[in-house]
Amino acid sequence: MAAHSPVLSMSKIISSLWGGRLGSAAKVWGTTTVTSQRNKSYPPPAKYGGRHTVTLIPGDGIGPELLSHVREVFRYSCVPVDFEVIHVNSALETEDDIDNAITAIRRNGIGLKGNIETKHTLSPSVKSWNNLLRTRLDLYANVMHCQSLPGVQTRHKNIDIIIIRENTEGEYSNLEHESVSGVVESLKIITRNNSLRIAEYAFKLAREKGRRRVTAVHKANIMKLGDGLFLQCCNEVAAGYPDITFDSMIVDNTTMQLVSKPHQFDVMVMPNLYGNVVSNVCAGLVGGPGLVPGANYGRDYAVFETATRNTGKSIADRNTANPTAMLLASCMMLDHIKLNNYASLIRNAVLTTMNETRLHTPDIGGQGTTLDVVQSIMKNIQSKGQLTSEL
Amino acid sequence: MAGNAWRSMLSQAVAAVRKPTVSSFSRGMQTVTLIPGDGIGPEISTAVMKIFEAAKAPIKWEERNVTAIKGPGGKWMIPPDAKESMNKNKMGLKGPLKTPIAAGHPSMNLLLRKTFDLYANVRPCVSIEGYKTPYTDVDLVTIRENTEGEYSGIEHIIVDGVVQSIKLITEDASRRIAEYAFEYARNNQRASVTAVHKANIMRMSDGLFLRKCREVAENFKDVKFTEMYLDTVCLNMVQDPTQFDVLVMPNLYGDILSDLCAGLIGGLGVTPSGNIGANGVAIFESVHGTAPDIAGLDLANPTALLLSAVMMLRHMNLHSHADKIQTACFDTIKDKKVLTGDLGGKSKCSEFTGEICRRVHDMD
Repeated sequence: MAAHSPVLSMSKIISSLWGGRLGSAAKVWGTTTVTSQRNKSYPPPAKYGGRHTVTLIPGDGIGPELLSHVREVFRYSCVPVDFEVIHVNSALETEDDIDNAITAIRRNGIGLKGNIETKHTLSPSVKSWNNLLRTRLDLYANVMHCQSLPGVQTRHKNIDIIIIRENTEGEYSNLEHESVSGVVESLKIITRNNSLRIAEYAFKLAREKGRRRVTAVHKANIMKLGDGLFLQCCNEVAAGYPDITFDSMIVDNTTMQLVSKPHQFDVMVMPNLYGNVVSNVCAGLVGGPGLVPGANYGRDYAVFETATRNTGKSIADRNTANPTAMLLASCMMLDHIKLNNYASLIRNAVLTTMNETRLHTPDIGGQGTTLDVVQSIMKNIQSKGQLTSEL
Repeated sequence: MAGNAWRSMLSQAVAAVRKPTVSSFSRGMQTVTLIPGDGIGPEISTAVMKIFEAAKAPIKWEERNVTAIKGPGGKWMIPPDAKESMNKNKMGLKGPLKTPIAAGHPSMNLLLRKTFDLYANVRPCVSIEGYKTPYTDVDLVTIRENTEGEYSGIEHIIVDGVVQSIKLITEDASRRIAEYAFEYARNNQRASVTAVHKANIMRMSDGLFLRKCREVAENFKDVKFTEMYLDTVCLNMVQDPTQFDVLVMPNLYGDILSDLCAGLIGGLGVTPSGNIGANGVAIFESVHGTAPDIAGLDLANPTALLLSAVMMLRHMNLHSHADKIQTACFDTIKDKKVLTGDLGGKSKCSEFTGEICRRVHDMD
């Protein structure tokens, strides 16, 4: 998992990847790009004595139990990561808890989280704390890689789509007001900077992963100025990547195509709300919310979670939740902090359990419990991993 | 039964007096405004008219053109004779309309919507036996608020590089669409209504929509009411569409979800759609494009328009004719002998139509 860092990073890895792109990228970004004052070197700063510290936010619903399984697997595999656990109580109206969480992520640079429930029966001034986290830390890119797993029965086979969703603005700006009694206005904000930023991220990722095509999803025939601006920015960035085909599709047509012919899509980039819809449709196509990990990348921080961000209140504490998504998300985190060996070890164990042992939880049609799956994964790690005596 | 004989006598007397009321739908010839549209519109409209004639449906067609003209004061409007016809007949059937790019006037669909206050878009999505898709047993209805929401068209450039689009949710529109959804559920024997929203993020706007739905649900205790987040609906829809029944939602979510559901059953070429307006006006339409590449070549598939027309018959309580035509259409598709190109066959539109007419005749 390579560069999510800024265009003008000092790191050798980045400059070798970018090479001549810096010139054109600087023109695209103009003067608004911040010349990075921080010397961004890998891995992120929270490393002491060879051990990394990662902020852990259990959240609500199935979050706590799944994250405890993650910790168990990490402990079993001797992963040099310590977790700083921050509990966020969604029932409270004050922002202290979430402020602590944000500070902790700023301190450590990395987070792993479960979904925090949003009680929308409270007053509208109490915002969604997941959203607050994303906007305050400026985690502008939400990346989700939907891949069909051979061991899971789905209607469509061999799907491989990367979805990049703008994570901070769009319809999720939280700007609403009641101008007249009975009439509510909600503002959807699209800015040039953020659209350029996310398009740049998408094309960069596509190039890194050797992808051939980027599709922008929009509704510019109706929202001519808003989505029109987004599309324009994507077009501008696409001009700098002649090796990658760029096209666009209207969101309603996209969902229709996804359920009938999903193989035509490669990499997709879109604003916030359409990203929500499309990522959930794709997650459903590959087998459900329990299988797909998601990552939120910002310039300085990264937070990993399940892709579809479900609280799973109805299946909490019943030992039936699927730990795959959270475990794969933790592997993505390990890749981010350059512990690639451990990441591969755990990832292979998870995929082996999923595909070969076919130990499935109820959400994908099996009858196994969460504990069964986790124990099978740990058994697999035991047989494949290094012995402690060798470490 | 004696009641029917009495009613037919009475309706003939009523027809003589020419007093159109809602009850006159069930007996006597009903006039419907037909808007053939552009591209393949005229040929599929002809197909539908032929099938209706074969089924001896009591429908008289009044063809009208709705190309926008500039009215007094410079405002674009639909031609007055079309407007008058629709207001008189209350029922309309519309083919696909071309979206003008440089004609200077707004989209015709938008004009029609504004003129007749078509506030509800209803799209029943039922799996067609014989047209295989990865999804079977789909049977749901999406009811979408059609006038406001994200499509209010209010956008501003705040400063260079920052654009704001306004999503409008009003109490009246939300209440109206919720009431329509529950009434539809009740009239069509549907068990539950699900409100689709994103109130965790858009607290005030979708919160208002949800509150209105809850209030209306209180008056319809015989219909089960549930609420679900938009992303959860999308996720579950793709895995198991059978768990959904009637879905009601604001404009944008409705747009996306109704097309998603159309994709589940086979696409826009086989999906019917109806727009319900205030004052009893209802316009049923096919939602696919004008397909200019096959226009005039007798290759078009009239299924979408036909199913929309069947929806119209049901709306007018002409259930026996509706069932007859629908069965004939589905049997033809199931048989797979005479299918148009998009359904996987090689027949012409006229052959497909002829086959359906034949089946309708055989049923009598």
